[in-house]
Amino acid sequence: MKIFVTVKQVPDTSGKVAVKADGTLDRASMQTITNPDDLNAVEAALTLKDEYGYKVVAFCMGPPPAEPMLRELIAMGVDEAVLISGREFGGSDTYATSQIIAAAIDHYGIEEDDIILAGRQAIDGDTAQVGPQIAEKLGLPQITYAGDIKKEGNTLTVKRILEDGYMMIKVQTPCMITCIKELNTPRYMTVSGVLGAWEKPLTIYDYPTLQDHPLIDKSTIGLKGSPTNIYKSFTPPQKGVGTMLKGDGKDTTNELASILAAKHII
Amino acid sequence: MILDKEHAMLQKLYRQFAETEFTKELLEELEETGEFNREIHDKMAKYGFMGVKIPKQYGGAGGDYLAYALLIEEFARVSCVLSIYANTSNSLGGGPLMLAGSEEQKKKYLPQVADGSKIMGFALTEPGAGSDAGGMTSTAVLDGDEWVLNGRKTFISGAPFDDWIMVFAQTDPSQKGSRGISLFILDTKLPGVSFGAHENKMGIIGYPTSDLIMEDVRIPKDCLVGELNKGFSYAMKTLDGGRLGMAAQAVGVAQSCLEEATKYAKERKQFGRRIADFQGISFMLADMATDVEAARQLVYHAAQLKDANSPDATLACSIAKYFAAEAANRCAYKAVQIHGGYGYIKEYKVERLYRDARITSIYEGTSQVQQMVIASNILNKIK
Repeated sequence: MKIFVTVKQVPDTSGKVAVKADGTLDRASMQTITNPDDLNAVEAALTLKDEYGYKVVAFCMGPPPAEPMLRELIAMGVDEAVLISGREFGGSDTYATSQIIAAAIDHYGIEEDDIILAGRQAIDGDTAQVGPQIAEKLGLPQITYAGDIKKEGNTLTVKRILEDGYMMIKVQTPCMITCIKELNTPRYMTVSGVLGAWEKPLTIYDYPTLQDHPLIDKSTIGLKGSPTNIYKSFTPPQKGVGTMLKGDGKDTTNELASILAAKHII
Repeated sequence: MILDKEHAMLQKLYRQFAETEFTKELLEELEETGEFNREIHDKMAKYGFMGVKIPKQYGGAGGDYLAYALLIEEFARVSCVLSIYANTSNSLGGGPLMLAGSEEQKKKYLPQVADGSKIMGFALTEPGAGSDAGGMTSTAVLDGDEWVLNGRKTFISGAPFDDWIMVFAQTDPSQKGSRGISLFILDTKLPGVSFGAHENKMGIIGYPTSDLIMEDVRIPKDCLVGELNKGFSYAMKTLDGGRLGMAAQAVGVAQSCLEEATKYAKERKQFGRRIADFQGISFMLADMATDVEAARQLVYHAAQLKDANSPDATLACSIAKYFAAEAANRCAYKAVQIHGGYGYIKEYKVERLYRDARITSIYEGTSQVQQMVIASNILNKIK
């Protein structure tokens, strides 16, 4: 009984976004964080673990410096991590990435009652494609935009939240679900979790580990195997962030006045 | 010091928790009511903050002194009083038990302290015995299978809601000074235990402090902790570690002063430019940054010495506490000064920081007591 959670290390877009001359992100010069939606997937996995005793395994494709991020997830309660890392995988777009992650999860071994959870989308590319593509490549049913997950035996009932309403969908395991931030509030690491984080297993899947898997073909992975071409990356102009004050009484106007006074506007 | 990966991750956790959970609303509520907030205490406990330094076999996380110092620093950076919430169990409350408790006592009490379900306090100070803790008059007399405790302890942090208190009392009045003092675990629900009124403190508001009054309180014989008449040395050893925590707290407060003052100096404009561009202001910021960094390195170094069981740890803890507490006071003064009139108004964080900083050079050994410890160590050390 396992839950695979796919996670991505992304640039912290709340800081400075750097773009290289070829239009791709200059990841090395930017602070990194765990993709926020992926943390919701981790929390969903840990909640199910707390209730039903799942083993939670995090899968991340990325360079070796992604290890501390995976250790942080272990400090939150994840049991094991797999870092898919190899030069051959570099430059992969969503198509190639999903191919590789699907192969890695399959290599680990998917059983009847297993679940794959992913964040809805990553804040760097915003494509929301990798999760669904993993499901397609593994031939598993998928539900996107999960705002609630309930389990009964091997059946999951998922509330799929859309812009204009929601859908209630039942699905049999094994399956793939992408999670949105409305699903939960991710927990913090724990002190004991941090102090034991480096003792838990973290396995590296490199190219030789996965090369014999049917989904791995050099022509469909890495930069060469990626059908996407990036012409230009840029940071859109930032809109000012507003502050909403709630209430219609004197307290609210006083609050507004004190904010303006604090900024020396009045 | 460059933190190793484990301590760096702990620092990140502590910071993330404090910045997210110690909301403006919570801090205002603590200031307004002065009451203990059980909800935030329980939340801290849930993530293991109460047991950072308590060994794993007694339900804690088994962290070291550096892990503990980082906790107090990061919490105090956002809220000095909330750093006390997580401090007690790891320091003065749990500390004496970890130091001198029997295996049975540790198993009985520490797991509940570590998981936050029980709160343990520390009662050493008396109205007539502050820095001179050896001058205490509280007594414990053995009567059959029970100790009978009498006396009054003062400035006891958390006393009104403590479940248990580590109490020091005279067990052999024939011995002079600090000899003849023993340590006991007191269940605060027992008959004869009462508390004085809440002290109306200048700062660290939101963690009530009051007197503990013991009138013929009968406690079982096995509530004696460690050896009879050795209590004073347990108190001093506990305060060694406690001083490290309070030094870390002072670093957190000083860091916060630096951040608030820097932000304000960049925002506030006078004479057509931001005040940070005036040398008088920028030099104050430079002094603060230097103070904060020097204090931090002293604290981390002292923590490492404690972790290594170094004989120099006592001296290092006193140096760190002395310097960091005075640095916090200097930084608070400058932070308020940079804010000008606004720094004197309660709406600004530096007003609270100024009041909170003041306690760091008073409790767990005043700056002058630290000077005494430092001087006596140096006089013995350098022949």
